[in-house]
Amino acid sequence: MESILAPVFTGLSVSAVLLLIALGLTFTFGQMNVINMAHGELIMAGAYTTYLLQSTLPSPDVAYLLALPVAFVLAGALGLGLERTLIRRLYGRPLDTLLATWGISLLLQQFARDVFGAANVQAQRPSFLDGGLEVGSLTLPWSRIAILGLVVATVAVLSVTIARLPYGRRMRAVLQNRQLAEVTGVRTDRVDGITFFMGSALAGTAGVALTLLGPIGPSLGTFYIVDAFLVVIAGGLGHLRGAVIAALGIGMLNAVIEQTTQASVAKAAVFAAVIALLQVRPQGLFSHRSRALV
Amino acid sequence: MICLSRGRRLLLLFTTLALALGGGQAVATEGGEDPIKVGILHSLSGTMAISEVAVHDAELLAIEEINAAGGVLGRQLEPVIEDGASDWPTFAEKASKLINEDQVAVVFGGWTSASRKAMLPVFEAERALLWYPVQYEGLEASPYIFYTGAAPNQQIVPALDYLKEQGLTRVFLLGSDYVFPRTANQIIKAYAAANGMEIVGEEYTPLGHVEYSSVVNKVQSASPDVVFNTLNGDSNVAFFKQFRDAGITAEDIPTMSVSVAEQEVVGIGAENMAGHLVAWNYFQTTDTPRNEEFVADYQAAYGDGNPTDDPIEAGYVGVYLWAQAVEKAGTTEVEAVKEAAKGVTLEAPGGEYQIDGENQHIYKTARIGVVRDDGLIDEVWNSGEAIKPDPFLTTYPWAEGLAG
Repeated sequence: MESILAPVFTGLSVSAVLLLIALGLTFTFGQMNVINMAHGELIMAGAYTTYLLQSTLPSPDVAYLLALPVAFVLAGALGLGLERTLIRRLYGRPLDTLLATWGISLLLQQFARDVFGAANVQAQRPSFLDGGLEVGSLTLPWSRIAILGLVVATVAVLSVTIARLPYGRRMRAVLQNRQLAEVTGVRTDRVDGITFFMGSALAGTAGVALTLLGPIGPSLGTFYIVDAFLVVIAGGLGHLRGAVIAALGIGMLNAVIEQTTQASVAKAAVFAAVIALLQVRPQGLFSHRSRALV
Repeated sequence: MICLSRGRRLLLLFTTLALALGGGQAVATEGGEDPIKVGILHSLSGTMAISEVAVHDAELLAIEEINAAGGVLGRQLEPVIEDGASDWPTFAEKASKLINEDQVAVVFGGWTSASRKAMLPVFEAERALLWYPVQYEGLEASPYIFYTGAAPNQQIVPALDYLKEQGLTRVFLLGSDYVFPRTANQIIKAYAAANGMEIVGEEYTPLGHVEYSSVVNKVQSASPDVVFNTLNGDSNVAFFKQFRDAGITAEDIPTMSVSVAEQEVVGIGAENMAGHLVAWNYFQTTDTPRNEEFVADYQAAYGDGNPTDDPIEAGYVGVYLWAQAVEKAGTTEVEAVKEAAKGVTLEAPGGEYQIDGENQHIYKTARIGVVRDDGLIDEVWNSGEAIKPDPFLTTYPWAEGLAG
């Protein structure tokens, strides 16, 4: 039983991490056609927020819980600032935003290096996430289960927002046909701003969650950015369902192949699979069908 | 008289002034003490920055101390700092720039074997000197590189001897996917075959890889006595956090690391590394007269929270050894320094060091340590006297055929 449970849990866990980092990106990329290369650095901002709170507050557990909303707001504000000052001037020029946000990413990395030092900093796992669920001889770590839970909750909240809330409807309208939405009175610039805030804020929360698993340093963003884009493109831009299924697919495929071969082989296989998918469906798994001319 | 327009006259005036001032300055410095330029080439950004910035700091500290004591040959040392950016071709490019454009007398730099392999042809073609401060896989002895880090017979082989002695004979090999771990594992496999140790797994992950759940699963199913860890960079943080997360402590499956030192333990978290083994030639806790002073100076310069470790000490020592060789040679000229460096000794924080003229490595004492709860490392074994460096493992019959 353990021999199946281990890779399955690993696959789910990897998928959860992928989804976490890709959720924010799928909306900013889908909605505004903005290729935000600084997305990784927004994740890094969330991670450093955890470190900062833990070093100033006496209780690491409280600090960690507090970091979730604080990073949400902080990263969201950072993203919104980026959108207002830089990205909205480059609206409709995806390649220019790619270059510009790449530059911002380098700036933010160096900023982190200058302020926090080049060396990694430490964040303590909160004590209530110590240990794991014992299943036979396997231990399923609580931190990974918590990340799974966080992702499920986030997806649930997002789908309700998109389906029910007025903002969600407006976002879908802009996604499907920007010009028509504008004509019908939707303030597209406001919707863009809120979407970017939300996407960046999700990245910040992802950063807090990732401190449980990996290093916290200036290069943190670079470890996750490629996977984030992979999930977004495979799943279809702007599609929550697409991102979920793409993350699941990529995560499980990676875990299964790595179980029998090596990490590098699994990575290569995943890339090959995504490329094959894009050959058949260039728009990704799901796409918006609309009558827009653009 | 040539009729010059107003613009042209102004231009002529400015140019003359600039030349006069600039020329004047050049004259002023020639008469005084000309500083000796030395190059410092480490990754100050990218995944290896977490380890290399501290070595760069240590080298700058050594230069500062030497300058305060009067410099080398009466001249002050002037560091020229470049960033290798954890990108190996950049190391080669910056090395070339330091040698040709900045005309440095020597370069202190590198960390990963990949960066050293990229720089090696540059230094050999330009006949310039590189002082390389990190433990590595050996099988190399370039005439233009001085190696102040451990050769495999000063780190990896003593670590294996220790593991064998402790009865930990089922070994799982885990490393980053590049030249150092791959070559180190070849050495380990040759040793294991000749010494009755069993290799129960061999896994490589790309540099910068941070997802280790599959690897941890594989380690658990292989049930080794010990994991010999040659991961480098941020991967170590991810691996040890996730290893500990899976409920595995150092009592269940200990690890022996050769690229994790006090500096890396800070990022990993002492609670994730407590009880695990590391093999080096120097620890912050090493008990030598020079070390207490060194740790105090380093922490005074860079902060109490910053530990010293083996590569930091090796970088620091490299600058001093070079300075001594230059004093002995009376010049910074490369061939003279190389000749003078043979047999140079130094009272270092890690013990009494001596440069082996044959292969340009240094005699070092091997030490095995256990990571403490506070992040520092306690020594549990050392080799007694300093080991003569043997980068090609010529004195080990089981290593025949590896140097090919």
